[in-house]
Amino acid sequence: MAEVAGSVRHPASREGTPMSGVVALAWRQYRLERRLFWRNPSAAFFNFLLPLLFLAFFGAILHGNQHDLDVIVPGIAGMSVMSTTFTALAFNMVFLREQGVLKRIRGTPMPGISYLLGVAGNAVTNTALQIVIITVAGRLFFGTGWPRDWFELVVFVAAGVVCFASLGVAFSHAIPNFDSAPAYVNAVFLPVIFISGVFYDAARAPGFIKGIAQALPLKHVIDGLSGAMVKGTSLAANISALGVIAAWAALGVALAVRGFSWDQRRG
Amino acid sequence: MASVSELAIEVHALRKSYGDFEAVRGIDFHVARGEVFGLLGPNGAGKTTTVEILEGYRERSDGAVSVLGEDPGERSRRWRARVGIVLQTTGLYRHIRVREALAHFAAMYPHPRAVDEVVALTGLGGKEDALVRTLSGGQLRRLDLALALVGDPELIFLDEPTTGFDPAARRNAWETIRSLRDLGKTVLLTTHYLDEAQALADRVAIIKDGRILIEGAPRDLGASAGTAPYLVAYRNGDGHLVRRETDDPTTLLHELTGDALARGERLDGLTVTRPTLEDVYLELTAGDREAEDDARVGDA
Repeated sequence: MAEVAGSVRHPASREGTPMSGVVALAWRQYRLERRLFWRNPSAAFFNFLLPLLFLAFFGAILHGNQHDLDVIVPGIAGMSVMSTTFTALAFNMVFLREQGVLKRIRGTPMPGISYLLGVAGNAVTNTALQIVIITVAGRLFFGTGWPRDWFELVVFVAAGVVCFASLGVAFSHAIPNFDSAPAYVNAVFLPVIFISGVFYDAARAPGFIKGIAQALPLKHVIDGLSGAMVKGTSLAANISALGVIAAWAALGVALAVRGFSWDQRRG
Repeated sequence: MASVSELAIEVHALRKSYGDFEAVRGIDFHVARGEVFGLLGPNGAGKTTTVEILEGYRERSDGAVSVLGEDPGERSRRWRARVGIVLQTTGLYRHIRVREALAHFAAMYPHPRAVDEVVALTGLGGKEDALVRTLSGGQLRRLDLALALVGDPELIFLDEPTTGFDPAARRNAWETIRSLRDLGKTVLLTTHYLDEAQALADRVAIIKDGRILIEGAPRDLGASAGTAPYLVAYRNGDGHLVRRETDDPTTLLHELTGDALARGERLDGLTVTRPTLEDVYLELTAGDREAEDDARVGDA
């Protein structure tokens, strides 16, 4: 039987038929994900519009208080990075796994990496769109002006995306089924955004909260975004923040790959 | 090797354990190219485990397996393009349209079938622009089949393709599956419906507790089941139904009728039958109430 397995036989007419490349299929998957994203109003709302509503809401409350506005704009930007990647991917991966979509895809010739790139690319596009809108809103409505350091902004958004996307996929492994996904995700997302100073200046928080925030990645993403968008502190000044994000990203990637399951949980 | 290319699937001494539980306990079978092969058995018999090993989803614990000449555990892209899989339960994006889904899957394969052709083949005509979330259960199952066919695979796995269907939908699905045979496809079908195996499969293997109990063409299985090939039934003088199995119905009938005539009795309701696949199935899977229920429901 071993020699049987070694001999691949195809009808002659099918020999050498080219298969679409990994990148071409990833692009196809990405475009499908984008179309479907806008076709699902509730997903579009929670992933995309909710942070913008927060921004409008806090902008109205804090109107005229430039110090607080300078805190809230990069804070909401950091929250958007987390919600579009961590939250969205944790939800999506659980849904796709439990619905059997992942298993179905696994039975086709599409390379797994193409599929995951398409799904992740969809999330990252939402991140980019939100950062653009928040940046423009900061300039037009909230008096934060244009970002001081565009390169630093891109670096921190990119680092945040890799970190939170991988953590989102990793976290999806811990969620037993889709019904429990909102509880699991919010049990992480809500405490983290409150602790990490999305809505207030983290410098004013009590010591133990500062300590927890210091160990988590979101505060460091917000620090970097704040430096890039508002304060004009250089990338070099925030290099330790980048280090913490990178450490979480490494953990996230390791856990995302290690626990990955194409199949739904049994029992 | 000469005969190997004639075989789409070869399974030898296949075993699969989950911890202490042995789901598949050493099974052998083969499926020829162009054949419709049925794995028939009650729930929990090991059908899905077996099929998922052949599909490349699960690793085997022991034994040798060849599917289209390759080890399915390797799961090469080229191999996956030659295999179509209809899983027992699979979902899809809720907001995708039927045509969109088929076109998307077609693009994954090197030589797909035309989307319209697959739509017609699976009876999805008129539903091309419907969103998946608006489809009925039966229509979703057709879409499952359509998605498995759109890559024009040589071999198609159908894991309980009609479970939960109403009788009319099942007959329609059967027609579609028969048309796959007409297209020259090899089909491996699992089912716990006896009549489905009988209606569709060229050959059937009955599987229970991870073992194949018997294998052969449905019409031959009744006679070769290890039970006697003939069943003689009649009512005795008290009106009780008597069933006797025999290899030699001529002698038995001669004795029975001779005795009855000597006593001046009649043998009311005298019949001589060969056991059907149903008799075999029920006997082999006896003690499994669920299997009996399924078989009877399926036969109704």
